[in-house]
Amino acid sequence: MARVLPKKDAVIIGLGWTGSILAQQLTDAGLNVVAIERGPWRDTSTDFNIAYMQDELRYAIRKDLFLKPSTEAMTMRNSASQTALPMRDYGSFLPGDGVGGAGVHWNGHTWRFWESDFQIKTHLTQRYGAAKIKGLQLQDWGPTWAEIEPSFDAFEYLCGVSGKAGNIKGQIQPGGNPFESPRSREYPNPPMKMPYASTLFAEKMRELGFHPFPLPSSNLSRAYVNPLGVRMGECSYCGFCERFACGNYSKASAQTTILPVLMKKPNFELRTECEVLKVNLTPDGKMAKSVTYIDAHGVEVEQPGDMVLICAYALMNVRMMLLSKIGTQYDPVTGNGTVGRNYCYQTSAGARLMFEGKHFNPFIGAGSLGQTIDDFQGDGFDHSKLNFVGGAGISCSVTNGRPITNRPTAPGSPRWGKGWKQATVDGYNNSMGFGSQGSSYPVRENYLDLDPTYTDRHGRPLLRITFDFPDNDVAMSNYLSEQLEKMTKPFNAKYAAVARLRKGWNSVPYQSTHNTGGAIMGNDPKTSALNKYLQSWDVPNVFVIGASAFAHNAGMNPTGTVGALAFWAAEAITTKYIKSPGALVHA
Amino acid sequence: MKISSSGLNRRRLLASAAALPILAATADGRTISGNIPWSPFSGAPPRPVNPLGWYFFTPTEAATVEAIVERLIPADNLSPSGKDCGCAVYIDRQLAGSFGHADRFYTKGPFRVGLPTQGYQGELTPAGRYRLGLQALNDYTNTTYKKDFRALAPEQQDTVLTGLDESKIELKLKPGFTTKNFFELMLQNTMEGFFADPLYGGNKNMAGWKMIGFPGARYDYRDHIEKHNQPYPRGPVSIYGLGG
Repeated sequence: MARVLPKKDAVIIGLGWTGSILAQQLTDAGLNVVAIERGPWRDTSTDFNIAYMQDELRYAIRKDLFLKPSTEAMTMRNSASQTALPMRDYGSFLPGDGVGGAGVHWNGHTWRFWESDFQIKTHLTQRYGAAKIKGLQLQDWGPTWAEIEPSFDAFEYLCGVSGKAGNIKGQIQPGGNPFESPRSREYPNPPMKMPYASTLFAEKMRELGFHPFPLPSSNLSRAYVNPLGVRMGECSYCGFCERFACGNYSKASAQTTILPVLMKKPNFELRTECEVLKVNLTPDGKMAKSVTYIDAHGVEVEQPGDMVLICAYALMNVRMMLLSKIGTQYDPVTGNGTVGRNYCYQTSAGARLMFEGKHFNPFIGAGSLGQTIDDFQGDGFDHSKLNFVGGAGISCSVTNGRPITNRPTAPGSPRWGKGWKQATVDGYNNSMGFGSQGSSYPVRENYLDLDPTYTDRHGRPLLRITFDFPDNDVAMSNYLSEQLEKMTKPFNAKYAAVARLRKGWNSVPYQSTHNTGGAIMGNDPKTSALNKYLQSWDVPNVFVIGASAFAHNAGMNPTGTVGALAFWAAEAITTKYIKSPGALVHA
Repeated sequence: MKISSSGLNRRRLLASAAALPILAATADGRTISGNIPWSPFSGAPPRPVNPLGWYFFTPTEAATVEAIVERLIPADNLSPSGKDCGCAVYIDRQLAGSFGHADRFYTKGPFRVGLPTQGYQGELTPAGRYRLGLQALNDYTNTTYKKDFRALAPEQQDTVLTGLDESKIELKLKPGFTTKNFFELMLQNTMEGFFADPLYGGNKNMAGWKMIGFPGARYDYRDHIEKHNQPYPRGPVSIYGLGG
């Protein structure tokens, strides 16, 4: 029998980016909030030590800050005809663990999805006709651009994003991204200092008639005090950023932007190393009444709450809903059910150039540092004569020269022995790359559910991922690779190699921790698990916040939009829900 | 004296135990409210490995691995060999520790042979894979050349390693653990040893970093980022400021 604790106004599952934002906003509104976090407490001064954070083996290879598969694994298969097997080590993507979540070791790319993403079905149907998107489960997200824009602004000012606006209230700004949707004001901080490779890329792209701009970064170009009064430092371009925590208070995370304020509030409480097993519903299944968790001593505890906010990583949010029977499992055969629907990923390809006698100094880098063109992004270009929809940002970003992983050699070079050594020496400082990060659009057969065979350490079923790159996205990515091919020409490199995406998503090599969907927001309870405020249609005192709410994934890193959705949901809760608890949208 | 001294120790112990929930609470799950927890010495710096002896490998295994890393990274004017840079010591320490025991990995059954997109599905830990793989490698060379791998001429060793790399040789291993898996594991771990911080036992004198011009555990490049296409002027440093 679980020990039952006194009731709280709100129980938050997971204290990463979304949990911290929700906790901050709800405690400001006067609610008593408890956050229950599976992993450990982590903070800059003790855990992200500047004296030993630059350890590629420990953090990038042995993944010291990441979720261990022994704690929670997932199974995967490419199609429903295959038997899913567990990813015994995470490879293709790397979920976070502990306070701050994946926001501790992210790169810091802070994009806004476009207005045309939030209205994607309406937009594409109006422009090309309904036949163009047949076979894709594209659907509108719910909020209008005017509704959601202030939430993007709030997240960017919280993080101190370094960038250059391209469109302020409809006015195109020189040096920014002319394709972005209108923003209400400039970024809080100017762009980062640019390394050689990105500068060269921008120069060549401008010659080709494209529109390069500094990619928006939550690594800070200068010292900054955010609206909560939290002070951050200038990035030192150390090249130990993604997969690492920042020892320099220069990368936005819950630790560097919110926790110094949140943790001091008397109406906030955090319980670490406590793993939530499930959300408990009332007997009729219409309301959540509590969560059950196992604390660090193995004791089962029940925490009642008026509201439950599921704020774990996107994939874990979906699993928590399924384990708790919140909503109905999506069925890819009938298309019925919503939880697990519209799981999407990211569709990427890269170009690698090699020169002679250059000094690119790849070790001078940051998680989010470089130049991008959005000339082939989303629906920013005409698709009427193309056999796909969607697109990709093309970026030349310089993250690191960490040598266990990052030591490119000329095509066809040996992988070991004497020839390998010379090729490695020749390649290390002479190489640069740029790549397309493409959209991932939903199809009926890509989905999430619970695995019938494999279980976690508590005996609960693992999440099962059934995914392959849809034909539409492969066509998109291959078209982008053709553009990359053309873009390599003006560099006059000694070697240029462009990758092409193929079907058969492989869970082993790292690709992207941009897993989206499965508990999506929308306007229709038949096709979305959540309404446009990220509130469960089925259990209205449950909100599910994260990239799990994305109805599709765009060709951009998701965190900017995740942060915006967190502020958006928080606003709905504090201005609407707590005044009149219940469904905020009536279907 | 003895009694009073141990009494004192006991009192100290009790005092520190009483302070434990406040001071060392970060090591344990608990409730935090109204403050940002902080306690001295709660960081977890890495411990440099002892460079002497073997912790996991038998003498035969150690000699075999030293011979392998000597061929994967042969000595020339660019760097000393993988063996002289400590790659075998590095692998030994990794296999004796949490990596070798697969502590992080999901190790529950059932074990089934998977698709290539599903990754390694074998039952053996990395340590178990080395133990079986090295035995199978010597069995192969003894059958083919009547010698252990380490006793072969360097050219013969290269021929065998190429055979493993290109799947032309099939060692007697286990379902879910192929010869190619074994070769890739050794190649990956050897490169880790050559390029990881010297504190882990390899990359002696930062030879791997010097070979390619990686400045190591430096932290601040603000003074050089905008010096485009100019060589970085400073040599490498390691976490403990050691050459290894």
